[in-house]
Amino acid sequence: MHGLLSLNNLNTPNTKTESTMQLTNRSKVVVKHDLNWLEKLYLPAIFSGLAITIKHLFKKSATVRYPEEKREIASVYRGQHVLKRDDKGRENCTACGLCAVACPAEAISIEAAERKKGEENLYREEKYAAKYEINMLRCIYCGLCEDACPKDAIYLSDRIVPTAFTRGNFIYGKDILVEGIDASGRVDVSKRKKNYEMEGSPKQPLINK
Amino acid sequence: MAKVTIDGIQIDVPDGTTILNAARMIGPDVAPPTMCYYSKLKTSGGYCRTCLVEVTAGSEKDPRPMPKLVASCRTTVMDGMVVANNTSAKVKDARAGVVEFLLLNHPLDCPVCDQAGECHLQDLSYDHGNYKTRTDFERRTFEKIDIGEKIQLHMTRCILCYRCVKTAEQITDGRVHGVINRGDHAEISTYIEQAIDNDFSGNVIDVCPVGALTDKTFRFKSRVWFTKPVDAHRNCENEKCSGKVVLWYQGEEVLRVTGRKDQWGEVEEFICNTCRFDKKQTSDWTIEGPRKINRHSVISANHYMNMVKPKEFKLNEIKQITE
Repeated sequence: MHGLLSLNNLNTPNTKTESTMQLTNRSKVVVKHDLNWLEKLYLPAIFSGLAITIKHLFKKSATVRYPEEKREIASVYRGQHVLKRDDKGRENCTACGLCAVACPAEAISIEAAERKKGEENLYREEKYAAKYEINMLRCIYCGLCEDACPKDAIYLSDRIVPTAFTRGNFIYGKDILVEGIDASGRVDVSKRKKNYEMEGSPKQPLINK
Repeated sequence: MAKVTIDGIQIDVPDGTTILNAARMIGPDVAPPTMCYYSKLKTSGGYCRTCLVEVTAGSEKDPRPMPKLVASCRTTVMDGMVVANNTSAKVKDARAGVVEFLLLNHPLDCPVCDQAGECHLQDLSYDHGNYKTRTDFERRTFEKIDIGEKIQLHMTRCILCYRCVKTAEQITDGRVHGVINRGDHAEISTYIEQAIDNDFSGNVIDVCPVGALTDKTFRFKSRVWFTKPVDAHRNCENEKCSGKVVLWYQGEEVLRVTGRKDQWGEVEEFICNTCRFDKKQTSDWTIEGPRKINRHSVISANHYMNMVKPKEFKLNEIKQITE
């Protein structure tokens, strides 16, 4: 007899079924039976399996050859962060700390400094972030920092975060986060929309200046 | 004793109490916001108009309503007076207008300002203001004035509440700063740019409702919501100084020392400059414990006080529970 658990067995109360809790009724009862002579040959099963394999040879590949080839990314994709500069190449960030307090993973840490005379072409406001670090192992890419930023300084770009071999290499400082001054170094975030800029958002944008 | 009704809540208060103080006796839900009134400073109030309320019945004997909204910090109660504060649409509208006027020239540089997070004007504009500005002209600017090593003056942020002037008049002896010029040109200044070097001059930082007067030793060091407030005291050599303060820690470091503020944002007792600026070591102080901050305040963000760590289960314990 093959059927250890047949339907009749399941319904009749015995010690085995009472102790195991059944959460759903979707479990299937498997009835084992002896193989007939066609099944004992194994060949039909082998050929049907091979047919599936050969069929897939002619199908379009599901993978791309990253990084030579890149998939199209949705405009709402949240990848590696970028600290933006304005048109004149000055850093937008004023180290107000709203991104850090909004961050649910507490991945951001900031140290502020006062802008000195002669640094007006580097920083837009009189205060700037002397240190801006994101722990990419803590970051959950929720984009709340982007929403919190009143100065349009931090954005999540469509770049994929590269891997690293040590934990220390995942703490991104300003050297990685701030975009370059020249055109080649700029990161395009024109497609990004903040939460309150989305259509149907109930919140009005705050005054910008 | 006079019986007043504020927002439908009745209370008996002594004669001569202002409507504002009667509302404060009931509680923070009915108390009008204030920007210039400061209960610890005599003759303060009456400048900012944020505490306007509607008096729907003047008194028992003369129950006619008052024709205009009145400043609750300067109007005393009458027996049988009925006042509408938050329940009045007129008051809400007027308050939104007051906020708009206060913000006409106030720069919105909250991301740079050290007061952000404990700024009364921020709270006021969130609660009563509009989200949009209707003006597009340049805001008023001033020439920068250095008023000393310890206190930073940002005249552009000043709303001319006169609190610091009253502090200088009443708390310090020999006032050296005041308001000069008139109307739109009025500004807080020290005469002939004299440095403020009185023992209690640092209290102007605490009384300032906005970020016009801030602590220079704390300037750009951190944001208030990254610091941890701790109650502490010391036996101050100065007789007038209570020595009861709040230390604002970041890690092991005391970044700032301030007076203790009550639920109305007013300091309980004034402290001297030595306590405020020179005693920034933990060893200088007797620590009383973490300060209780309203959990709706941004200052309490990411501070895990009174949190109980959930119990960790071992694998065999989980098996015991599930089996």
